[in-house]
Amino acid sequence: MSREDYEMVIGLEVHSELSTKTKIFCSCPTEFGGEPNTHCCPVCMAMPGTLPVLNEKVVEYAIKAGLATNCKIADVSKNDRKNYFYPDLPKAYQISQYDMPLCEHGYVEIEVNGEKKKIGLTRIHIEEDAGKLNHDDYGRGSLVDLNRAGVPLIEIVSEPDLRSTEEVDLYLKKLKSILEYIEVSDCKMQEGSFRADVNVSVRKKGQKEFGTRTEMKNMNSFRSIIRAIEYEAERQIEVLEDGGKIDQETLRWDDVSGKTFPMRDKEDAKDYRYFPEPDLVTIKISEEMIQNIKNSLPEMPEKRRERYVKEFNLPEYDAKVLTQEKALSDMFEQANNICKNPKTVSNMIMTDIIGYLNFEEIEAKEIPFTAQQLGNLVLLIDKGTISSSIAKKVLQEMFENPREPQKIIEEKGWIQISDEGAIKEVVLKILEANPQSIADFKAGKDRALGFLVGQAMKETRGKANPQMLNKMFLEELKK
Amino acid sequence: MKNYIINALVKLWKRGSRLMIISKDEILHIANLADLNIKDDEIDEYAKNLQDILNFVNILNKVDTENVEESIGVVNNTNVFRKDEIKVFEDKDALLQNAPDQESNMFKIPKVI
Ligand SMILES: [Zn+2]
Repeated sequence: MSREDYEMVIGLEVHSELSTKTKIFCSCPTEFGGEPNTHCCPVCMAMPGTLPVLNEKVVEYAIKAGLATNCKIADVSKNDRKNYFYPDLPKAYQISQYDMPLCEHGYVEIEVNGEKKKIGLTRIHIEEDAGKLNHDDYGRGSLVDLNRAGVPLIEIVSEPDLRSTEEVDLYLKKLKSILEYIEVSDCKMQEGSFRADVNVSVRKKGQKEFGTRTEMKNMNSFRSIIRAIEYEAERQIEVLEDGGKIDQETLRWDDVSGKTFPMRDKEDAKDYRYFPEPDLVTIKISEEMIQNIKNSLPEMPEKRRERYVKEFNLPEYDAKVLTQEKALSDMFEQANNICKNPKTVSNMIMTDIIGYLNFEEIEAKEIPFTAQQLGNLVLLIDKGTISSSIAKKVLQEMFENPREPQKIIEEKGWIQISDEGAIKEVVLKILEANPQSIADFKAGKDRALGFLVGQAMKETRGKANPQMLNKMFLEELKK
Repeated sequence: MKNYIINALVKLWKRGSRLMIISKDEILHIANLADLNIKDDEIDEYAKNLQDILNFVNILNKVDTENVEESIGVVNNTNVFRKDEIKVFEDKDALLQNAPDQESNMFKIPKVI
């Protein structure tokens, strides 16, 4: 038996912070950062005698997420207490949902090697986030900051439908994209607002029963998730091949060593003694409420993709790439509103902007310049003020020190030379210095023209209008 | 509690059956979950106390609920919500006032690994 005889079975529990203004059970701000314990009040600090009151936006956002992922929305739902001790959980229980979640039985569609596959969603429920433990300077104690305690989360539980790390990657990207499109979560992974618990097992291909699974908690980068799954599946196969058996346990992924380690607390801790939260009342969801939320759903990626092909004549592939992330898609549309040149905007986003993002490993929503500035940049090309190769340099500058493209080209002296007299001067100078090229051209070597144009561009540091150069060289050469 | 309820409960109790017997292991498990240290010679005492509570509550299992609508919470209210509007809690000093120890405006606790 070898690696190829096995398949992975993966299920994910994604936690995504909702982008409400206030916490789930009190009116404290959810804003990230801030001095420790300044976004807190007696409720989220669990002072005795305080009572939670549910934020209506949390319910609305969770239902919105449910509708966007084809879930059935419950007509009656409730909150439950999940009991455990940890210093970042001031009440010693987390208010979550147990047997009556807001949304159930949904799916997310991904495209694997050109084929559509539905990944089932078991449920989506609402719950509160925990605080953060810091370590003091001398290593003598831990310090508790409760700014994040009570920030609303949705937990999206998938069925064990994922069969490879490629599918995991596609599923997570799709889910993130959906949540961003419907604007219920920022999904900022570095801030921990989109993270996942990963369940992995392996089984021989063709086998019906699932193998024993292990769980890795709180992973907050796509890359770690993929690496951890690869490692863990490999480890399980090795254990099985050696005649061993897999323990159902929670593991800790260590990014530095690239290995998983058993967590110290064992399954005993899994007994959370859930019971209905007595401090909150039942949630009833009317058909009317669901309909209102449904009507508020924006155009989703698939629809935008179709529209881009029809309305802007973009190739199917380009439309797909552009709509994968809401931030890029919005940028495309807003920039195009300014310059009315979808093809050029699309090309700049697909090659230069995405290239930069990938290279610098930053997310699209962190792009420092505005869509208006991108639109203005394309206008500058269209008006012949700059060449497209200069535009690439301007874009680079916009990433590093964002300001109006017009200002950048003025400061850098990158304005294209389109003045006939000035161009002619350069052309004559280059011809005089390259008699061999003239001879080559006359002998039928067309490549000589390209060389001459290249020399002229070099001379003008890329500022000469290339079409005009071409034309004028031809005129002179044919004299 | 009103007298008639108590009388009804006592009547039911007399008819009631013993639901489950609490084992020593159960006591130790619950103590562990509740983060309580109990001594060996306390186990029987706790088992008896918990058994009494369970038996008492078990009376309710005998109530005829044939025509009673199922409820989720103890109150009949539904959909008590709050608007998503920020109200900053101003009395920040009060929040850490009872902390046994603090540093950099955070609760200082024994080291957690
Ligand atoms: Zn609060």
